[in-house]
Amino acid sequence: MTNEIRMVNIRKTFGEVVANDKVCLTINPGEILSLLGENGSGKTTLMNMLSGIYQPDGGHIFVGGREVVIRSPRDAFALGIGMIHQHFKLVDVLTAAENIILGLNEGALTDLKAVGVRVKAICDRYGFVVEPDKKVYEMSVSEKQTLEIVKLLYRGAEILILDEPTAVLTPQETDMLFAVMRNMKEDGKAIIIITHKLHEVMDISDRVAVLRKGLFIGEVPTCETDPQKLTDMMVGRAVSLNIDRPEPKERRECLSMKNVTVVDSDGVKKLNDVSFTAYGGEILGIAGISGSGQKELLETVAGLCRVCPGGVIAYTAQDGAERDDLVGKSPVEIRNLGVRLAFVPEDRLGMGLVGSMGIPDNMMLRSYKEGHSPFTNRKKPKELGAAVVRDLEVVTPGLTTPVRKLSGGNVQKVLVGRELAASPSLLMTAYAVRGLDINTSYTIYRLLNEQKGRGAAVIYVGEDLDVLLELCDRILVLCAGQISGIVDGRNTTKEEVGLMMTHLSAAEEGVDS
Amino acid sequence: MSLDSLLALLQAAIVFGTVILFGSVGEILTEKSGNLNLGVPGIMYLGGIAGLVGAFFYEMNNPNPVPILCLVIALGCAIAAAVAGAAIFGLLTITLRANQNVAGLTLTIFSGGVANFFGGSLNRLAGGVGQISVSATSAVFRANIPVLRDIPIVGKLLFSHGFMVYLSLILAFAVSWFLKRTSVGLNLRAVGENPATADAAGINVTKYKYLATCIGGGITGLGGLYYVMDYIKGTWANDYTIESLGWLAVALVIFASWRPTRAIWGAYLFGVLFWLYLYINGLSRGTKELFKMLPYVVTIGWLIIVSLRRSRENQPPASLGLSYFREER
Repeated sequence: MTNEIRMVNIRKTFGEVVANDKVCLTINPGEILSLLGENGSGKTTLMNMLSGIYQPDGGHIFVGGREVVIRSPRDAFALGIGMIHQHFKLVDVLTAAENIILGLNEGALTDLKAVGVRVKAICDRYGFVVEPDKKVYEMSVSEKQTLEIVKLLYRGAEILILDEPTAVLTPQETDMLFAVMRNMKEDGKAIIIITHKLHEVMDISDRVAVLRKGLFIGEVPTCETDPQKLTDMMVGRAVSLNIDRPEPKERRECLSMKNVTVVDSDGVKKLNDVSFTAYGGEILGIAGISGSGQKELLETVAGLCRVCPGGVIAYTAQDGAERDDLVGKSPVEIRNLGVRLAFVPEDRLGMGLVGSMGIPDNMMLRSYKEGHSPFTNRKKPKELGAAVVRDLEVVTPGLTTPVRKLSGGNVQKVLVGRELAASPSLLMTAYAVRGLDINTSYTIYRLLNEQKGRGAAVIYVGEDLDVLLELCDRILVLCAGQISGIVDGRNTTKEEVGLMMTHLSAAEEGVDS
Repeated sequence: MSLDSLLALLQAAIVFGTVILFGSVGEILTEKSGNLNLGVPGIMYLGGIAGLVGAFFYEMNNPNPVPILCLVIALGCAIAAAVAGAAIFGLLTITLRANQNVAGLTLTIFSGGVANFFGGSLNRLAGGVGQISVSATSAVFRANIPVLRDIPIVGKLLFSHGFMVYLSLILAFAVSWFLKRTSVGLNLRAVGENPATADAAGINVTKYKYLATCIGGGITGLGGLYYVMDYIKGTWANDYTIESLGWLAVALVIFASWRPTRAIWGAYLFGVLFWLYLYINGLSRGTKELFKMLPYVVTIGWLIIVSLRRSRENQPPASLGLSYFREER
């Protein structure tokens, strides 16, 4: 059986959101295909339809020339298709060998020795290292990923889909992964790698398919393209949005970060020697591919991440008098210093609001510490809640309706309204307009500009480059936890920012690569 | 303590331990699927009363009961009722995804009521409290091997028990072997640890959860039957002993770190601790009550030790008590 796979005119919608439309893709044995696109461009959704997690709403999938319907991961296995997700599907307390044979029911009794021998054979063939008796909870991220790949090969997968496999790996581990991928390719396997790192695309793949906002943009052999062309395909032409951008007045230093490094629990550097200054009276945009350290940057300022020794976060109060180092302080200590910080986190209902509580109760989350009596004062939060609903035009059946029942845009308005009510001197927002309709988005832009006019420093983490380019005074571009540059929002281009996001800033590496 | 009273204590401990060993082994099997069934006492109630009702009517209608039929009827009724109880729990928590704690506690309260209702009714049919007699069936359950039984010390300790004592041991080893060595056991463990992963590996999570819950319930119910037929020798007592034994079985699951073989010695240890107060001379009433706390104190102490050691091997199944929703958007 030839394992050529063709996806024709694939369409998938979630509610009114179109995740994929008119996508055509071909995958051949003995070939590595890169699936390239920005966040939210529908890469993972597309591959999930191949691995049986979602069913397409339209279009056809052919395997070896025959049309197939893939209803479950099991169906996909039967066709030889296996996918390695970003979140590994492994059972922690079982050994590598036990995880490999899970659900296979090869015999009534488990014969782990025989499994070990077969695993060893696979490992030797492609150059993996897997210890069959090692428990998953003792493994590093890289070992777990290797185990996932071996698991698929053990099950006879011919087409492997890897969803951003290098996001969690060190450069050395990435090199090892690419080596085994090449070995698998030599062996006739078809490999699809989902990525948004251009240098990896150039390094490993034979062909590149580009998606943008769910649409199939094109497909090129890797040898006939270069990072510049791919970036253009990925980000597209600049679109004019007509967002207001008042000139900053009375710029003054507000927050200054110096040499900040943050390491996560796995030992991976999430922020690497980051230094920048945010000024009151301007909007500082933060651009970058998701997971480049945006979340950690904001959480570090908010006192939620531990900074490695040597880092300094200096905060200057609005009157310019005091300077405090925020490093090593908890959110409460930061507040007690008089730092007026507002934080609109990415995970609105997880970190920002309590879904099962009404608007007044959510307003109280920020103010209950001010009270000095054993009883809560519900009057002020209620007034504030009513004011937010009125001013930001929140659509809700009633003030006390649990906020999780509101639409995404209205939830965001409640959260932003609450944070702005504290008249912050520093306002941080993460993906403030994600999932919002156009009108609500413009409301949010207006509110941010109001804060800027008040003299607050606004940090705006965004994913839509068009918005960043029109809203922000300066744009800080992150790439893999490092600052690849800070550019003036008024005279930069989408291409420049796009290249910096993929660490190919013109100044550093040149466009030829 | 004399040798005789030591032997008597150990013997009592084995009898006591057998009741909770059935409960624990059944519950371990259930919990390995991620279902925390707190209906253990209730299921033991159901098993006990159903076996008793079956045997009672059989003996009432047959002046000369056949031993093998006594056995089959009692076992059949007990297992059927226990599985039915577990199936109710399964329907509530697996299909309807109700909260497992609430469903389990409700099952215990409900089944206690059902069992005592039928127990009281049997008492009336039999002509008064304590008049229920299923002597033929009880004799089958308590039968032991004449020659072996008479060996000094060893005979009394090891061979003076009814067959269910040995059945509980066999089941404990069998379940342990099943979980460790068979493919189905491996799949079951995966379901309890990480149902999403099991699902992705092609394992039918719902089916595994139902089967483990129902079979586990059946084993648990045998504990109630053993209590009725052997422990109190074929009668019914409305004194809530089954319920307190049922909770001990749940405690034993934790004490045994979800390992059936560890539950064996744990069960007998609980038995010794439970009866210790009877064999220590000169205890005041108050002190006796303190002694009765021992099994629970030991469980709490063990939990503290285990959590201090933070061993990944002695933890409950990771998804214990959680309903499984397949990820869908």
